[in-house]
Amino acid sequence: MPSFVMAEKCDGCKGQDKTACMYICPSDIMKLDKERMKGYNQEPDQCWECYNCVKICPQQAIEVRAYADIVPMEGKVIPMRGSDSIMWTVKFRNGNVKRFKFPIRTTPEGSIDPYAGKPAADLSKIAQPGFFTHSQPLRKL
Amino acid sequence: MGSFGNPDIVEVDTDILIIGGGMAACGAAFEVMRWKPADMRVRLVDKAAMERSGAVAMGLSAINTYLGEQDACDYVRMVSNDLMGIVRDDLIFDVGRHVDDSVHLFEEWGLPIWKQPGDENTPLKDGGKPVRSGKWQIMINGESYKVLVAEAAKKALGMENIQERIFIVKLLLDANEDNRIAGAVGFSNREDKIYVYRSNAILLVAGGAVNVFRPRSVAEGMGRTWYPVWNAGSTYAMAALAGAELTMMENRFVPARFKDGYGPVGAWFLLFKAKATNGRGENYLETNKEMLQQYPPYGQAAVPATCLRNHLMMKEMREGRGPILMRTDLALQALAKSYEDEFGAKEAQKKIKHLEAEAWEDFLDMCIGQAGVWAGENIEPEKRPSELMPTEPYFLGSHSGCCGIWVSGPDDIGAPAEWHWGYRSMTTVNGLFTAGDGVGASGHKFSSGSHAEGRIAAKAMVKWCLDHKDYKPKLAQDPKEFAEEIYKPVRNYLAHKDFSTAVDVNPHYITPRMLQARLQKIMDEYVAGVGTMYVTNEMMMTIAVDKIQELKKDSEKMRAMDLHELTRAWENYHRILAGEAHLRHMLFRKETRYPGFYYNKDYDFVDEVNWKCFVNSRIDPKTGEWTTFKRAHHDLVPKQK
Ligand SMILES: Cc1cc2nc3c(=O)[nH]c(=O)nc-3n(C[C@H](O)[C@H](O)[C@H](O)COP(=O)(O)OP(=O)(O)OC[C@H]3O[C@@H](n4cnc5c(N)ncnc54)[C@H](O)[C@@H]3O)c2cc1C
Ligand code: SF4
Ligand code: SF4
Repeated sequence: MPSFVMAEKCDGCKGQDKTACMYICPSDIMKLDKERMKGYNQEPDQCWECYNCVKICPQQAIEVRAYADIVPMEGKVIPMRGSDSIMWTVKFRNGNVKRFKFPIRTTPEGSIDPYAGKPAADLSKIAQPGFFTHSQPLRKL
Repeated sequence: MGSFGNPDIVEVDTDILIIGGGMAACGAAFEVMRWKPADMRVRLVDKAAMERSGAVAMGLSAINTYLGEQDACDYVRMVSNDLMGIVRDDLIFDVGRHVDDSVHLFEEWGLPIWKQPGDENTPLKDGGKPVRSGKWQIMINGESYKVLVAEAAKKALGMENIQERIFIVKLLLDANEDNRIAGAVGFSNREDKIYVYRSNAILLVAGGAVNVFRPRSVAEGMGRTWYPVWNAGSTYAMAALAGAELTMMENRFVPARFKDGYGPVGAWFLLFKAKATNGRGENYLETNKEMLQQYPPYGQAAVPATCLRNHLMMKEMREGRGPILMRTDLALQALAKSYEDEFGAKEAQKKIKHLEAEAWEDFLDMCIGQAGVWAGENIEPEKRPSELMPTEPYFLGSHSGCCGIWVSGPDDIGAPAEWHWGYRSMTTVNGLFTAGDGVGASGHKFSSGSHAEGRIAAKAMVKWCLDHKDYKPKLAQDPKEFAEEIYKPVRNYLAHKDFSTAVDVNPHYITPRMLQARLQKIMDEYVAGVGTMYVTNEMMMTIAVDKIQELKKDSEKMRAMDLHELTRAWENYHRILAGEAHLRHMLFRKETRYPGFYYNKDYDFVDEVNWKCFVNSRIDPKTGEWTTFKRAHHDLVPKQK
C-alpha cells in the first residue's frame, strides 16, 4: 500500500546528496532516480503506509494510494503537517470528505533542552535503582 | 573510496555502543549522558533515521503504561495475568516504579497529553489528571511522539555520536575473555562502507520481529502488517548468536485488529463501548464464557488474558460463525440516543462529532492505512459494522508479548539470586545489555516502559564501564573477514549475475524476497500461522526444524544487487534465527500455554504443574548447538488480592 511520487511535483530535492524522502523512510524504500532526478518507491509491497515521506516532502509530491490488492480505488487520506498541528483530509470513494485537525506538539520544533533545570546525577547512587531525575529513593516490593 | 563489492572498512572505538534508535535507545541516550564521566565515549547507530524509526515511527494515540497513583504491584498482577502467569515480577515491578518519570519528560518536551476538564494546564507531574482509555493507558495527540523523543535523545547525545542508516549484522565476542562482548559489525545502507565497532558495553535494542510468518496480505498490501515491516528480529538473532540466553521465545503476539488495515480497536471498545459479535450477532465473549473457566486463574480475571479473548473469537471463526464484527453501528446509535435523552438533539450531535474525530484520530495518529481502507470502502461506522481479524504472529517483548532475552533484574526487591547478577539489564553475556522489546518475560512496557527501561540499562552500563575501566576489546577476526562476510550476498550476485538472462532466476543464488517467502511458508504451514488457524503439533514442528536447516544453508546463497537488497538479505538472516528460536521453544514446551495465539494439538491444555516455568535456550557460540531448558518461575507479588 504504497506511497507514490507525482513526477511533475518532485524536484529531486534540488539535487542535494540526500533527499528528504530517502532520509526519512524507516523501511529504506524511497530512492532517487539519478537520471530523471525524481524520487520513487522502489519496493511498494514493503511500504507500511506510515506517511512519513508524505509528511516530509517539501514539494508535497508524495501521496499514498491504498493497496490495490485489497482496497477499492479512489479513496484518499492527505496530511498537511504544520509546526504545531496536523490537518487531515479523508476523501471517500463516494466523494464524501471529512477533515480533522489535531495538535502535534506544544513546544517549538527544535526547542527541547533535555537537561534544562535537571539535577546532576549523584554518582554515589549509581548502584541503586532510580534515575538521575529522581529525588526520592524508589519504593521496594 | 569503497565501491560496490569492495567496501571501505571503518573501525570505531567506543565505550558504550547503542544499537537501535527506537524508544529504548532514546531513553538510554538521555540517561547515559548524565551518569557517564566526561571521557566515557558513547555511540548510537540506527538502521533508519531516529526521527521516525522503530515502532513509534508513525506516531501513537496513547501511552499505554502510566501508573499515576496506582500501585506497581497491581501493574505486575495485570501483566502477569495477561501473559498467562509466566513473567518476571522483578522486571515488571522495576519498570512500574520508574516509568512515570519518562512520561513526565515527554510532556515537558512537548507531547500533548489529554487532561480531565479543569486540569488542561496542569502537567502530570504536578498532579494534572490524564484522560485514561484503560486502567493503565492515557490518551495523547501523538503524531509527533517519536519526533519529540528523538529530538531530546539527539540533543543529549550530540549528532557527532550518532550514525543513522547503519545496519548492525552481528555482535562480536572477545578473543581472550570467555562470554564477553567486545564489539559489533554492520554496514551503511547508503555508502559502500562497513563499520567495525569495539566497545566495552553494548545496548542491543533493535525491536521485535515481523514477517517471519506469512502475512495475510498477498501482494501489494504485504507491507501493511500490524507490526512495522522494518523490525526484523535483529535483537533476538544477534543476541542468540552471541550466546545470550533467550527466554519465552515460544510466546508470540497475535492482535485482533480491524481487518486489512490492522487499525487499533481500543478506542472503539473503550470510548464507545462497542461490542464485538459473530456473524449471527451473538456476543461470543458472553456465549463462550464458560471456555474461560478452563483456564484458571487467567480466564477468570476482570480482564481475561489477551490470548484467551482471541481463543473465544477463533472458536466462532473455526465453526463457521464468522465474520467477527465490531458493532460500531450499534455503539454509535446507542450513544447518540443516550446523549439525546440527556442533552437534547443539538448538543448530542456535537458530542458525537467530537467522539467521531477522536476515533479517526486513533487511526490517523498510528495506523493511517486503516483510514485509507475506510475511505476506499466508504465505511460510515454509524451505519455499518467493520470486520475484525486476528493477524499473523509477531515476536515482541514490550507490547502484549513477552519473548526476548534473559536479563539481570533489580537486586533490592527480594528476587531469587539467579534473577540478578550484578548489572541490571545485562544479558548472560558479560557487557551485553538490552531493553524494550529485547527483554523477555516482561511484557506490557509499551512506549513509555521501553524508554524507561532503556534509561535503567544505560545507568547500569555506565557502572559496568566504570568497573571495567581497563578493559581493551580484542576481536578474534580481522576486519577484512567481516567485510567478506557482510558482503557475501553482493559477491554471490557479482559472481553469477551473467550466468542466466533473467536476473531473478539463477541457480547460483536466491533473492532475499524468495528466501523470505520460503521462511514464511514454512512458519505459516508448520508452525501455527494463519494458514492452519494457528494450529500445529510435534510432527509438524519437527518437519519445520529440518526445513529451516535447509533454508539456513541456502541463505548463504542470498544475493544482493544493491545496498537496499543487502539490507533485506541481512534482515532475513535475522528473521530466520528469530523464527528458529520460536519454533524450538514451542517444540520444547509440552502444553498450549497461549490458546488463541497458538495451539499445539498434541498438548492442547495449560499444564500448571509441569510447565509453569520459563523456557530458555542458548546457542553455544563455538559450536552453534542449541540447548533448550527450563528455569523455575516464582511469584514475587502475590497474585490473588
Ligand atoms: C502497531 C503498534 C502499536 C503500538 N501502540 C502503542 C500505544 O498505543 N501506546 C504505547 O505506549 N505503545 C505502543 N506500542 C509499543 C511501542 O511502540 C513499543 O513498545 C516500543 O516502540 C518498543 O521500543 P524499542 O526501543 O524496543 O523498539 P523500537 O522503538 O521499535 O526501536 C527499534 C529500533 O531498532 C532499529 N533497528 C532495527 N534493527 C536494527 C539493526 N539491525 N541495526 C541497527 N538498528 C536497527 C530500528 O530502526 C529502531 O530504531 C505499539 C507498537 C506497535 C508495533
Ligand atoms: S522528498 Fe519530495 S521532492 Fe524530494 S525527492 Fe522525495 S518526492 Fe522528490
Ligand atoms: S509511507 Fe512510510 S514506509 Fe512507505 S515509503 Fe513512505 S516513509 Fe517509507
